[in-house]
Amino acid sequence: MLDSNISRYIWRYTRMQQLWILAIVALSMVPYFMAFSLPKNIVNGPIQGGGFETPDATQVFGRLVLPWPGGEVVLFPGVALDRIDMLFALSAVFLALVIINGLFKFYINTYKGKLGERLLRRVRFTLVDNVLRFPPQTFKRLKGAEVASMVKDEVEPLGGFAGDAFVTPALLGGQALTALGFIFLQSVPLGFITAALVSVQVLVIPRMRRRLLVLGRERQLTARQLAGRVSEIIDGIGTIHAYDTSNYERADIAARLGRIFKIRFDIYQWKFLVKFINNILASLTPFLFYSVGGFLALNGRLDIGQLVAVIGAYKDLPGPLKELIDWDQNRQDVQVKYQQVIVQFAVDDMLDPAIQTVTPAVPAALEPPLAAINLRVVDDGGGVALERVNFAVNPGEAVAVVGIAGSGSDTLAEVLARQVWPSGGKVTVGPDNLLTLPEAVTGRSITYAGSDGFFFSGSVLDNLLYGLKNAPQPRADAAALTPARRFQQIESRLSGNPDVDPEQGWIDYAALGLDGEAALLTHVLDVLESVQLRQDMQELALRSCVEQANHPALAVQLVALRERLRQELQERDLTGLIVPFEPGAYNAEATVIENLLFGHSRRHDLVAEEINANPFFFGLLKDQGLCDTFAEMGREIAANVIGLFADLPPDHPFFRQLSFMSADDIPAYKLLLQRLEKPGTAMTDDDRVPLIRLAFEYIEPRYRFGLLDADLKARIVTFRQAFHDTMPEDMRGGIEIYDPAQFMDTGTLLDNVLFGRISQKFRDGADQVRDVLTGLLHEEGLYDDILAIGLMFDVGSGGRRISVAQRQKLTLARALLRQSAYFVFNRPLSALDTKSQERILTAVLAGLRARAAPPGIVWVVATPALAAHFDRIAVLSDGNIVENDTPAALMEKNGIFRDMVAA
Amino acid sequence: MQNRLANNDHGQRKGQNVLLNDEVRMLRQVPMFAGIAPAKLKLLAFTSERVAFRAGDVLFRQGDDGNAAYVILEGRAKVLLNTPNGEIEVAEISENAIVGEIAILCDVARTATVRAVTTVEALQISKENFKKLLLDFPEMTLEVMRVLADRLIRTTAELTAARSKEQALH
Repeated sequence: MLDSNISRYIWRYTRMQQLWILAIVALSMVPYFMAFSLPKNIVNGPIQGGGFETPDATQVFGRLVLPWPGGEVVLFPGVALDRIDMLFALSAVFLALVIINGLFKFYINTYKGKLGERLLRRVRFTLVDNVLRFPPQTFKRLKGAEVASMVKDEVEPLGGFAGDAFVTPALLGGQALTALGFIFLQSVPLGFITAALVSVQVLVIPRMRRRLLVLGRERQLTARQLAGRVSEIIDGIGTIHAYDTSNYERADIAARLGRIFKIRFDIYQWKFLVKFINNILASLTPFLFYSVGGFLALNGRLDIGQLVAVIGAYKDLPGPLKELIDWDQNRQDVQVKYQQVIVQFAVDDMLDPAIQTVTPAVPAALEPPLAAINLRVVDDGGGVALERVNFAVNPGEAVAVVGIAGSGSDTLAEVLARQVWPSGGKVTVGPDNLLTLPEAVTGRSITYAGSDGFFFSGSVLDNLLYGLKNAPQPRADAAALTPARRFQQIESRLSGNPDVDPEQGWIDYAALGLDGEAALLTHVLDVLESVQLRQDMQELALRSCVEQANHPALAVQLVALRERLRQELQERDLTGLIVPFEPGAYNAEATVIENLLFGHSRRHDLVAEEINANPFFFGLLKDQGLCDTFAEMGREIAANVIGLFADLPPDHPFFRQLSFMSADDIPAYKLLLQRLEKPGTAMTDDDRVPLIRLAFEYIEPRYRFGLLDADLKARIVTFRQAFHDTMPEDMRGGIEIYDPAQFMDTGTLLDNVLFGRISQKFRDGADQVRDVLTGLLHEEGLYDDILAIGLMFDVGSGGRRISVAQRQKLTLARALLRQSAYFVFNRPLSALDTKSQERILTAVLAGLRARAAPPGIVWVVATPALAAHFDRIAVLSDGNIVENDTPAALMEKNGIFRDMVAA
Repeated sequence: MQNRLANNDHGQRKGQNVLLNDEVRMLRQVPMFAGIAPAKLKLLAFTSERVAFRAGDVLFRQGDDGNAAYVILEGRAKVLLNTPNGEIEVAEISENAIVGEIAILCDVARTATVRAVTTVEALQISKENFKKLLLDFPEMTLEVMRVLADRLIRTTAELTAARSKEQALH
């Protein structure tokens, strides 16, 4: 696939295009040279009067003659023009030639660009394709960021070079040879001198640049390693913080950057040294022309006219020569980069492409059993992980694999699922060796879930359905391809990429036994139930915001649910658990600022910290006389807090109880209060702002300082109305006013249903509300809709936005969504407590056993006691299966398993 | 400032919106806190949560892990013991009583169940905050020790009385 020689590689895939572009370049030479000679004709002819000696003299313009054997064919006889007309006619031709030349250039450059980009696309795809076919052990020493930097950056210059790979040397070489030939025509000795100097230049300079290539290679490697290290820092940030090694990392990065600097500086030094020598050599030629040529001319051995002509011809030589040398430099540079990349991608034992061909059809059922025969696995360190293991599982049979860490139990599961390749012996499915079967068969018939399943960034649902996307489903309306899609398909083929649309349906509903997309959600929810993820999904959903426009029906139902929730709480004697937002009333459980704004703010200047940046709001506060009231209130809050916390050290956990002030703020507030205590001190706006901020965050039932009386509450409500009524238009879009009958886009789903604050007075109030709410969602038939929103939660890079336990449960759920003949689970729930593990394990086993075609199950259990739920138990110790029997028989026997359970 | 807070105190309706200062006054009625400076009690009150229970609600259950003590600010509650012979009531507590402090001092499970008889308003003092206060203010620790020692003396006396009664019977 990847030729080691870049030129050969480019030629192989762009042969036809290269020839075409060469032909176009040759053709473009015609107008190019015509445009060269034309100015001379204009000056000599119409301007200086050559051929227009008499005032009414005319000349023929535009006569086209085709030479023909035995005469000539006149294509166009031409027109006779006088001097002025001729000037304009020739100038028009000049303009036309300039435009034609420009168009040629435009076409050639675009074509070269396209050619280069297609080649770049091909190389990049081939690299990633190779990665997908690497044998598993390769990945143990591969750094993701290094590979990414190779695919993304290191092959990039290839695209630019591909267009010039053949055109440039042909063109420039032609020009240089022409100039040299002309010199030879004028004077053979001077021709030899020039040829000698040119060959020195052509031979010496590239040789000197070899050092540059070595440096370039080093630069590439060090930069790649830098990318690898940066990504290691990001992956290992937790460990770096935990061990206080950030400065070690800084030192390492600085040292690497130093090395890169040194290399780059060397490159500069060499580059300019070579340039200097190149320039000297280039100027040596005219020096010899002047001295040797002059000497010959003075001795009469050379015609002065010839010397001038040689010097004139020489002017055209250094330009193409220099560019040719630069091109060669570029070629070597790209060649080095390319080779550096492809050696990394040439791996032994690469998977045969046939193993991964796109297979939309459901593979035929495998012949039982899935078996390991004389299996031997040696790990990287040379240790034997499994030795002569024989093991078989049939569909419908559930086998527990038990063994402590290092016993080989994990390895057995990995080998059965093709995650690790055997060093000896084999894994077979019926008569076939597992490794020779296409992945379309093994990847669908055998489902594997380990303890650290990978998560792609995207929603929970994307990740759950990931295991179902094995092949694109045939499109119902093949004709309805959009032009954009058609363009993509054609281009894909031209670059050797597959033309499969990732957006096309990839899920084979029929193979899953489902009616279509709608049934899929039910299937997903059932699976989530068996791994106990529904509660988590509900939490995620309630904490997320959705836009009414995307879920119009749900929004209406949630708004209706507000009243139902309140009724339900009343029936359960929990009246007052939620203090609702009522437009004409003060909400005691909300902060002062929430009561003032009475809406969800989307603007940065409508939050407590920045409110003084909003002149309208601040002005209105002043108008209503609330500015001073709140400043006074803030002053009392500050005094109270300082009184309470004065004796505590700043790191005291009690400070966590304060939401509006941190320990660091206290000295500043202390100073402010002391200053204001002084008689005759007038409060300025600068003093007021920090105090008002305190007042804004105040919640009476929580802090109980007694600062909000009925009168002040009424004034706040009055302010609220005035604020809503007089708010400028542009601010209206920045706040979503609480309206009992309206859904809020900016609030979470929970905010929307509660539409109020949970009272502090009830112990575990939030939990109680949640219980009631869950019941109501079920009753109203909204539960599945809510879960579907939870499924849209973005799991983040590598699934880091969800907990380890959730990741493990999702990994298991992702496996259970599939229809496979065999399921291999490798300690899938190790992050959970034993009780939850057992609950999920029994639910999963029951679900799988109840399937129409019960699959074979191999489950490496974390706790021996869990093995009791299986039909058979295989006990591993030191890489061997030491016991293999039913749970009852093993408990009878006085063997290892009984000891393990007892321990 | 003090004046204004004091003024507000007078305007309070009973049972509704009891303020920090009221809580401090009530805490002072609790023997364990009687000798502690008002400023410290205010901090204790501030860092504690106000919770309400309906009649019949359980404040905590025997055998559960203890994570908070409760000072009853208003209402009455029963202290119940689970015995092999069923549940027996050992005491009824009302305003200014503290319950559940044993569990948060000794890290043992709740030794009894407490159930509200009427609506109960209570101050919930978390284990963490209570211990932190004891560490920061040794005089408070002394005070708690004094109360506990007091109780020990009383319990010993009761035990002695019970023993001698028992012996007298035999």
